[in-house]
Amino acid sequence: MYEHDVIVVGAGGAGLRAAIAAHEEGADVAIVSKLHPVRSHTGAAEGGINAALREADSWEDHAYDTMKGSDYLADAPAAETLCKDSPKETIKLEHWGMAFSRDDDGRVSQRPFGGLSFPRTTYAGAETGHQLLHTMYEQLVKRGIKVYDEWHVTRLAVSDEERPEDRTCHGIVAYDVQTGKIEGFRARNGVILATGGLGQVYDHTTNAVANTGDGVAMAYRAGVPMEDMEFIQFHPTTLPSTGVLITEGVRGEGGILYNENGERFMFEYGYANNLGELASRDVVSRAELTEVNEGRGIEDEYVHLDMRHLGEERIIDRLENIIHLSEDFEGVNPLDAPMPVKPGQHYAMGGVETDENGETCITGLYAAGECACASVHGGNRLGGNALPELIVFGKRAGHHAAGKDMEEAKITTGKVGDYEEAELESPVQLGEVGIGEDVVADGGAAADSGASVSGADLVQRTVEDERETVDALLEKEDGIQHAEIRERVQKSMTRNVNVFREEEALKDALRDIREARELYQDVYVGDKSRTFNTDLLQTLETRNILDIAEGITLGALARNEFRGAHWRKEYQERRDEEWLKHTLLSWNDGEPELWYKPVILEGENKTYEPKVRSY
Amino acid sequence: MSTQVPEHVEDESSAESVSPGKQKRDQKKRERAQRIQEQREAEAAEKARSEDDTYHLKVFRYDPEVPEKQEPRFDDFYVPYKQGMTVLDALMWARDHYDSSLTFRHSCRQAICGSDALFVNGSQRLGCKTQLSDLAEPVRIEPLPHADVVKDLVVDMEHFYDQMEAVEPYFQTNSLPDGELDEQRQTRENREKVKMSTRCIWCSACMSSCNIAAGDNEYLGPAAINKAYRFAMDEREGEDMKQRRLEILEQEHGVWRCQTQFSCTEVCPKDIPLTEHIQELKREAIKNNLKFW
Ligand SMILES: Cc1cc2nc3c(=O)[nH]c(=O)nc-3n(C[C@H](O)[C@H](O)[C@H](O)COP(=O)(O)OP(=O)(O)OC[C@H]3O[C@@H](n4cnc5c(N)ncnc54)[C@H](O)[C@@H]3O)c2cc1C
Ligand code: SF4
Ligand code: FES
Repeated sequence: MYEHDVIVVGAGGAGLRAAIAAHEEGADVAIVSKLHPVRSHTGAAEGGINAALREADSWEDHAYDTMKGSDYLADAPAAETLCKDSPKETIKLEHWGMAFSRDDDGRVSQRPFGGLSFPRTTYAGAETGHQLLHTMYEQLVKRGIKVYDEWHVTRLAVSDEERPEDRTCHGIVAYDVQTGKIEGFRARNGVILATGGLGQVYDHTTNAVANTGDGVAMAYRAGVPMEDMEFIQFHPTTLPSTGVLITEGVRGEGGILYNENGERFMFEYGYANNLGELASRDVVSRAELTEVNEGRGIEDEYVHLDMRHLGEERIIDRLENIIHLSEDFEGVNPLDAPMPVKPGQHYAMGGVETDENGETCITGLYAAGECACASVHGGNRLGGNALPELIVFGKRAGHHAAGKDMEEAKITTGKVGDYEEAELESPVQLGEVGIGEDVVADGGAAADSGASVSGADLVQRTVEDERETVDALLEKEDGIQHAEIRERVQKSMTRNVNVFREEEALKDALRDIREARELYQDVYVGDKSRTFNTDLLQTLETRNILDIAEGITLGALARNEFRGAHWRKEYQERRDEEWLKHTLLSWNDGEPELWYKPVILEGENKTYEPKVRSY
Repeated sequence: MSTQVPEHVEDESSAESVSPGKQKRDQKKRERAQRIQEQREAEAAEKARSEDDTYHLKVFRYDPEVPEKQEPRFDDFYVPYKQGMTVLDALMWARDHYDSSLTFRHSCRQAICGSDALFVNGSQRLGCKTQLSDLAEPVRIEPLPHADVVKDLVVDMEHFYDQMEAVEPYFQTNSLPDGELDEQRQTRENREKVKMSTRCIWCSACMSSCNIAAGDNEYLGPAAINKAYRFAMDEREGEDMKQRRLEILEQEHGVWRCQTQFSCTEVCPKDIPLTEHIQELKREAIKNNLKFW
């Protein structure tokens, strides 16, 4: 067994920042990551980092834009923390040498982005995430922080108290990808989940293949609620064939969207009369799909994004990477022709419920970055607000886990305070299939039966559980392969739980997920080797995809209103009287349980009053 | 076609200890799973049979643990072609439909994570960035040369990482502005100068293509030297630091080993002018009047 003060799971922007912060506090910290840090998906971020850096700008304006963008479902203490800390954290990256784009006076450049009232998106060409990830990894090397790379974390070692709020996380179980060895990692102070996105729940996504929502699913099964899962962001400009992202920076710099008739539809059809292409992402995604559905799409599938008029020089200076992406993945040179684009799954606004210090309701368990939901994005994330989230909340989680005194959180987690129980409506049975029967690949939390065992013992027992699971999976000689199950879920989610949502389709998705769960009971791994067994690992990931797909769909079915990215055919209005609340799903003995908690709209000096969102 | 389509063996071993009800359910489940699997394989074979739009891949296979795979070999896969299909797409298709043990690294699918550098038809390329339609058939896919193979197409990257770390790959300066909100200034020209060098995704294609690196295990190699260039040329680090960086670079296994063969520059998927960067560092080293080997 390995032992450290703080263990960070994941080495994207959030994980690296958390590790550096814990190290600053003097903790013995280690990162455990299934990919080598520089392979993390943060490297794919293109557009930029929002930070109120200029004299004419203010964090208060940024917070206002964020709350409005969220459709009043973000918690003000989290949104304000994001906006207040972002300038300092962004400049810290500059001090660490990050290669930001520069203005003539040598200062870092900023550009306009959707839904922002000031051009406050700081960027490094169209490869901001790559520059950020590498800069941060360099700092890790500089500090000599230990990284266990290509170690795949499969379980959390959490004590088995009745209420999640009484549980403690003592460590994790991970699988050395190269050798197949399964080992425990004990965390004396805390575990920080920074496992990133969950785009692989869908088949058309901008996300990497590794983004299977592992952290959210592991925490969920250990007792931490999933929050606001129904809010999935679909990015309006992804390449139709692969889902590769064309940054919002293209529209920020003046790129224009056209339909098949060559009409600038954002204005022509009144989707966003003021901001046009720069309206927020949910608005533009719906506009595009409406064009396609009404027969004005190109090849009944996509629309055009044109940036030719920006001129070659400006494009090369600020968006060069886009030329390569469009050429390599779609065969279109955007200097000569408009790019085909359509909406694709891009970001999960929901995730592991945390407070603004990154802590969950389980003692010693933290989450930061895209897998977490401190609730800064609410119903819709503004472009450029995720990268600051990584550094701001990654740092806070790192400090907190390492024992730094933090101000008490204003956001509550777990079932405390004024939460509201709810009824779950589903056409099929939910959750685990036939608990008690041997679910071969159950990856749940440490269902530890003993009363008071030490942290190390608990980790060890969880390791043994996991070894049994993996042995059983590898011994099984026939059955169904994960690729089949995964594909069914992905297809169903794209068909039924996409930009536009209807009750019957959501129920269909639940039926499909149920069927996939039943199939999963019979899953087997074809590859019997312990060496670099990606078949086995993807089989374990598929389990996470199932739980998350169910969470998204249940949340979407429960929320019968139209808010942010969540559009419901039967409910074409935002209903503030009833729905200024967060959806939470808890894994209660293998069955999802739905409940709500109120949104916090009181900020430091003001209360954010819900207004109609128009752009 | 030598793909291993799994055989369906009835598993009776655990039948005795379970209830008849469960046995029946299990049986039904197995049957359903088998049906689905057979259907899939039939579909896959059907798709692959329409010769015109299949691509023939010859893929390197090796697994130290599995007796049949201990002796390296090539497997043939016939993958149905779709417009825009990349080498990575084809590998994923082969894995998901024919042989789930086919192993390779990949993640982003968009040439930014650097994990799927492969040896394709005799040169180093990113699988995700290489269109099948640009390649002659059969498409031969091998792990990167000059690295230990862990399994199939996966190579050991430790040596590459060690070389990257040998050049102090992090920003160092003594003159940060005082205020935590004050950035360092950098001219647009200077950023432009280092821009290409900052694009490296650590794929190790360059290292794998370099004859000198193949012969001299201690040679820093193009990627690490480029990483050092990224800092040495960044005006924010200052002159003292530049001296120090040049000292690291002009050591015995540093820049002077490069024989300007340009193979690294040719294969770099990020178009980094590696050879040029190395040459420029050699010139800097001379300018600084440092001794060289
Ligand atoms: C194409 C694209 C462009 C974007 N552009 C922007 C932008 O311009 N501005 C912006 O603000 N946001 C942008 N976003 C959003 C933002 O980039 C992501 O939300 C953010 O990078 C996620 O970072 P992370 O640290 O949370 O996770 P990631 O960077 O995805 O890292 C996750 C880490 O967790 C590890 N991991 C996962 N599961 C396990 C496991 N089971 N065991 C061990 N390790 C595990 C992985 O190895 C990886 O290291 C973009 C997103 C995408 C997909
Ligand atoms: S320099 Fe180019 S080829 Fe070499 S590791 Fe970096 S990206 Fe790959
Ligand atoms: S899969 Fe990331 S570089 Fe090819």
